[in-house]
Amino acid sequence: MEPILTIENLTKKFGYLTAVKDLSFTINKGNVYGILGPNGSGKSTTLGIVLNVVNKTSGHFKWFDGNTTTHNALKKVGAIIERPNFYPYMSATQNLKLVCKIKGVSMAKIEEKLEIVGLLERKDSKFSTYSLGMKQRLAIASALLNDPEILILDEPTNGLDPQGIHQIREIIKQIAAKGTTILLASHLLDEVEKVCSHVVVLRKGVKLYAGRVDEMISSHGFFELKSHNQEALLNFVENHPAFGKIKVTDTLVTAFLNEPMKSDDFNKLLFEKGIILTHLVQRKESLEEQFLQLTDKN
Amino acid sequence: MLRLLNLELQKLLLNRTSKVLIFISFILPFFVIILSSLKINVFGFFTLELGELGIFNFPIIWHLTTFFASQFKFFFAIVVVSMIGNEYSNKTIKQNLIDGLSKQEFILSKFYAIVFFSLVSTVLITLISLCIGLYYSSYTELSIIIRETNFIIAYFVKLVGFFSLCLFLGMLIKRSAFALAFLFVLYILEWIAFGLMVWKLDMATAEKIQNFFPLKSMYKLIDQPFQRIAMTKFPDKANLTYDYSVHGYEIAIVLGWTALFIFLSYRLLKRRDL
Repeated sequence: MEPILTIENLTKKFGYLTAVKDLSFTINKGNVYGILGPNGSGKSTTLGIVLNVVNKTSGHFKWFDGNTTTHNALKKVGAIIERPNFYPYMSATQNLKLVCKIKGVSMAKIEEKLEIVGLLERKDSKFSTYSLGMKQRLAIASALLNDPEILILDEPTNGLDPQGIHQIREIIKQIAAKGTTILLASHLLDEVEKVCSHVVVLRKGVKLYAGRVDEMISSHGFFELKSHNQEALLNFVENHPAFGKIKVTDTLVTAFLNEPMKSDDFNKLLFEKGIILTHLVQRKESLEEQFLQLTDKN
Repeated sequence: MLRLLNLELQKLLLNRTSKVLIFISFILPFFVIILSSLKINVFGFFTLELGELGIFNFPIIWHLTTFFASQFKFFFAIVVVSMIGNEYSNKTIKQNLIDGLSKQEFILSKFYAIVFFSLVSTVLITLISLCIGLYYSSYTELSIIIRETNFIIAYFVKLVGFFSLCLFLGMLIKRSAFALAFLFVLYILEWIAFGLMVWKLDMATAEKIQNFFPLKSMYKLIDQPFQRIAMTKFPDKANLTYDYSVHGYEIAIVLGWTALFIFLSYRLLKRRDL
């Protein structure tokens, strides 16, 4: 696999505070990555460092094969950091022209990209007249101007209304479907779960996990069970070797698996024991639950 | 280089405030100079014609127009300071770097813009002085016309130096209004330092050292021309004589400051986390 961004032992200190601590990971071409972490976990700082706006304290990072300078590599990258930053007195087209001049790409694609984010009718309005959702979409159009090898998005739906969030997600999905590598930093887990194939989990500047989303914790999932004969059900699962932790909330029994088990086998087994279920769901932990488990453990 | 200049010109010329200030600082002085060169009839009582006074004669006209026009540089100083302040307040400096501009290119694009506008202003003042001079001057021999044209060079260096100082203050303080206030503070500090030196040392040494101060060295490039005009009117008064010419070392000092300010601006940006 072709690496796009390699980070090795990256550390950033702000005075006494260590924002990023000895961080290493690699972004490969073609995947959609999420960087997860609570507020203040060092996501934006890490992105700031690789995007040339924050100075690292120690460690290395390299773009692509490492043979280009950072600012030249960034011409092949599209990035949006936190809030959309444009010149308020220029129109959308004028702002994008400026970006084209910086990146050294032709201006032919401006209309096409404005079309993708649905801003073509407002292309001659001043940036200062835009709503937050429109500003954010303009930022995406700007990041796409050079048909980037990788698109970096830092909290792209922050502060948007539900419609705005939905629009941005749809655009991200479309871009991902075209095979563009995406790096998405967010603390909104369902957002990452919906679009990402790989995650890097950070907490207090330390990497907790990097890899595929579905391999984040070694788990076989759990059953959610309900029965009129709750006592017998509890008695059975507590004594069965395949189950570990058991949680009871009112009439709902949640039994976590220690080893793989199919729901039909389990149902048959219970039936043979004379326990009849009114509710049976087999699930894997959501990213949110996995994330909380991971951050609690460490 | 053209790419960087082009970038900065787009940023400046699409901004209405900058456009107006650029107009005031570069175009307005020339209108004033042209107007003052016309015959003005004061309410029919008498006709005021500055040209008659001989101040539009070569070579003194070079001295006069450059001194006068350089007083308008303060308006462009506002533009320079705000072009940095706006980049910080709109956070577009961050976006520019993310889009692939290097920190060096960022400073250079600002510097090229400064040089560009100083150059435009210098060319304009040369042309206008030449026209007025050719119209009014009693002497139009080429050798007299080109005498003291080093005031033109001094004018250019003075503008570039002063705006570089503004650029540095803008980078240092990030807010336009505070940067301009700091410019004023610097002016006061220079005079306090001068006062202290006069008190501790003697006048002559103090003046020599003062000529190395950033603002004073820029001012010193083109000395005030009024005393010189008085000199031409009363050639017998020896106590009026002073050294008004442009010296190479004066230019060198200002160029030194310019280089230092640009370098420090770059260092500041390089070390700063945005």
